[in-house]
Amino acid sequence: MSTALEHPTYNYKVVRQFAIMTVVWGIVGMTLGVILASQLVWPQLNLGLPWTSFGRLRPLHTNAVIFAFGGSALFATSYYVVQRTCQTRLFSDKLAAFTFWGWQAVILSAVVSLPLGYTTTKEYAELEWPINILLAVVWISYAIVFLMTVKKRTTSHIYVANWFFAAFILTVGVLHIVNNAAIPVTPMYSTSIYAGAVDAMVQWWYGHNAVGFFLTAGFLGMMYYFVPKQAERPIYSYRLSIVHFWALIMIYMWAGPHHLHYTALPNWAQSLGMIMSIILLAPSWGGMINGMMTLSGAWHKLRTDPTLRFLVVALSFYGMSTFEGPMMAIKTVNALSHYTDWTIGHVHSGALGWVAMITIGSMYHLIPRVFGRTEMYSVSLIAVHFWLATIGTVLYIAAMWVNGIMQGLMWRAINADGTLMYTFVESVEASGPGYFVRLVGGLFWVTGMLLMAFNVYMTVKRREAIGLTTPQAA
Amino acid sequence: MDTGTFRGLITFFLIIAFIGIFLWAYSKRRKPDFDEAANLPFADDDKQPTRDKHASTTHEADSRHDRGDKNR
Repeated sequence: MSTALEHPTYNYKVVRQFAIMTVVWGIVGMTLGVILASQLVWPQLNLGLPWTSFGRLRPLHTNAVIFAFGGSALFATSYYVVQRTCQTRLFSDKLAAFTFWGWQAVILSAVVSLPLGYTTTKEYAELEWPINILLAVVWISYAIVFLMTVKKRTTSHIYVANWFFAAFILTVGVLHIVNNAAIPVTPMYSTSIYAGAVDAMVQWWYGHNAVGFFLTAGFLGMMYYFVPKQAERPIYSYRLSIVHFWALIMIYMWAGPHHLHYTALPNWAQSLGMIMSIILLAPSWGGMINGMMTLSGAWHKLRTDPTLRFLVVALSFYGMSTFEGPMMAIKTVNALSHYTDWTIGHVHSGALGWVAMITIGSMYHLIPRVFGRTEMYSVSLIAVHFWLATIGTVLYIAAMWVNGIMQGLMWRAINADGTLMYTFVESVEASGPGYFVRLVGGLFWVTGMLLMAFNVYMTVKRREAIGLTTPQAA
Repeated sequence: MDTGTFRGLITFFLIIAFIGIFLWAYSKRRKPDFDEAANLPFADDDKQPTRDKHASTTHEADSRHDRGDKNR
């Protein structure tokens, strides 16, 4: 990349690299999602091959959207925000570059190993042990770069966004290492050191805290910087942000058992998980309200600024899915919703509505700035992308609500003599229309991401053309 | 002390710690510090202008301006 317009203080190179890969992996991960959605409508698309079957592509989709798309976005924004709010350069350019190439190497290993069928079978932690070790090394390097940058700050305060980023980095490191503790058997096969219900509890302690710290705390870090920045006013209440932070990290740790309702997990642990999940509503909404109220007196900006619209609608979806989550964690509700498409709908109202939209809003703010411009190539394309993303999300989650509740009711329906009223395959057949609507929602999303890629490409290209005319162009 | 009492005490101390954090965050004494911290996103100073004359468009909506730049 050209070094023209390089920032004198900050390391923007690594931010640019991660920002571009965020868009690339977003398209890859969401396209995989569309392929999987199509396979559920037309099973022939499994092609009868092991490498292209649903069971192998599904973990590739989840890893690609969470760790490749979401992860790259978190790296890009955390490196950008920590430099700008600590007013200092990253601790080490070399180590930061290592986190970029190391992270991409982990993702490429996933792209190869998951379709080949190598898996630990732990959800969201499918990668086998050699890749896990590389991931741990990259993650520890990330923690060093981030925390040492905070340490050498020239400001007196550590801005709240950095608290959230730091909690996300530290916790995800601990979760990854504890959950993937395993005994290697062959170069690509290992067994977990935990057994039975303990293994399940460790897995969902990891799994739910991956949601809580990777997909929530990290993206709240984004929210606390980019919402005030784009709205041009400081956060509504800095005091609330401190209480929000401590409440969130104290409570999230305990919510994991709600993934194991009505299983071999002891009943008291299930009830504890349910209660802590309900309490979690308070800090979640505290944060959501703090973000929303930042716009008080500036709501008119939403009319002209589609980037701000992305950020605010992300907060709305965050509020919605953090209400839905505690509700689904109630055991009697979970008896209906568990194992149905409702869960998948809930995940995507969080993943598309909250995570992806706050990411995209942040990227539309960040990309022009790190590429030496003030604005994206086309603001109206951002507006088009906003509507595609919003409509796509609504189609997706509405289809999954209908499917999920229908499946739950069909599975529990019994005849007068106590036999099941429906066979399982009847519920699959009845889900067909919902699966098709979900596919349409996914296509809206991929179309939006392709528009974003074009917009980013044009933004970067124009910056390089201008770079040539400046004297310090390299 | 059995395990149950120990866990109970930990829960109790966590609640006390949380109430402590709450009172600390909402104490009047902290207000000026927090106001300063809340403005950190707008405090950084770009030595090199990021304004781009060639490509500047005519969108004059105020939200498009980077307040960090305006505060220079």
